Amino acid sequence: MAELLRVGIADYKVGRSPNMIISYGLGSCVGITLYDSKIKVGGLVHIMLPDSTQARANENPAKFADTGIPLLLKEIIALGAEKSRVEAKLAGGSQMFQFAGASDIMAIGKRNAELAKKTLQQCGIRIISEDLGGTYGRTVEMDLNTGLYKIKTINKGEKTI
Amino acid sequence: MSDDILNLSAMQLDAIKEIGNVGAGNSATALSQLINKKIDMDVPNVSIVPLADVPNLVGGPDTMVASIFLRVYGKAPGSVLFLMPRESAFYLVEHLLGEQKSATDGELTEMDQSALMEIGNILAGAYLNALSYYTKLTLLPSIPAMAIDMAGAILNVVIVQLGQMGDHALVIETQFLSEDEGISGHFFLVPDVGSLQTILNAVGVK
Repeated sequence: MAELLRVGIADYKVGRSPNMIISYGLGSCVGITLYDSKIKVGGLVHIMLPDSTQARANENPAKFADTGIPLLLKEIIALGAEKSRVEAKLAGGSQMFQFAGASDIMAIGKRNAELAKKTLQQCGIRIISEDLGGTYGRTVEMDLNTGLYKIKTINKGEKTI
Repeated sequence: MSDDILNLSAMQLDAIKEIGNVGAGNSATALSQLINKKIDMDVPNVSIVPLADVPNLVGGPDTMVASIFLRVYGKAPGSVLFLMPRESAFYLVEHLLGEQKSATDGELTEMDQSALMEIGNILAGAYLNALSYYTKLTLLPSIPAMAIDMAGAILNVVIVQLGQMGDHALVIETQFLSEDEGISGHFFLVPDVGSLQTILNAVGVK
């Protein structure tokens, strides 16, 4: 029986086939999946901020792109994943509200996405697909049997990357 | 640390509840005048919740909601969010613009959205005016922005603001319902880190 693992904000889960990992309602947050297709092991981290060094409350590594991704990688390696085989997918990073003269905090989605990609690059992980930006929310679901990443929205339909 | 909010005394929490009451009461009056219907309002809820649980206050992160968001500038910055079911947004548009809308397949036009943002402006203005009067602090609303989407995605904008400094949010929330049940919704005031202390000092509760 496949289990559905739920990931909250600033949280992560790892697992193996045939389980699924789901995270609901990402706005400016980014959901990053890492997957080793050979042994069907992977994980999803739901980060809300880019940079742990810029924040005062940085006890939870899963909150930030720069610490959440290395943590997720370490956890799936502990489950037997081989770093050279691990591939990444990203979704989220939108800007929900449009303001004239928007402050930095309004563009946080873009910065989340940028730093997530940079961190993946630094870790030497290949990004194989992404669905980033826009002005709408996403619910994301990772299939640990196939590595497919399904993205559901309210007005922009559903897609799998 | 925003997590100082975990150490608030019962008296401080009561003072915060009263602030929510004054603000939301004024907004509810403004809304009632706009639609010419009586509005019932609950006693405000002051919740201190882990950031990840904030979307649960409105039915979970994937609940579809219509929202109007404003930033508060001035001595005690923060965010104001006005959340309602999509049907309520359509009801408001119907009552204000005299259009017939189908909440199931209708789309909000630019005109409708602009009307809703104006309502957000009026309601937030009423809320902040009462709060300013009560605290003697100058509080100014930004221009409003609106979105109809998943509650989790919308609340991100508030959570991110607080997440740099802590892992909990203090949320002052008031639920309201019009007499014909055409409109229901939640009014949220989420003070930025530090603003709460400013507000408490202003009302003389240490």
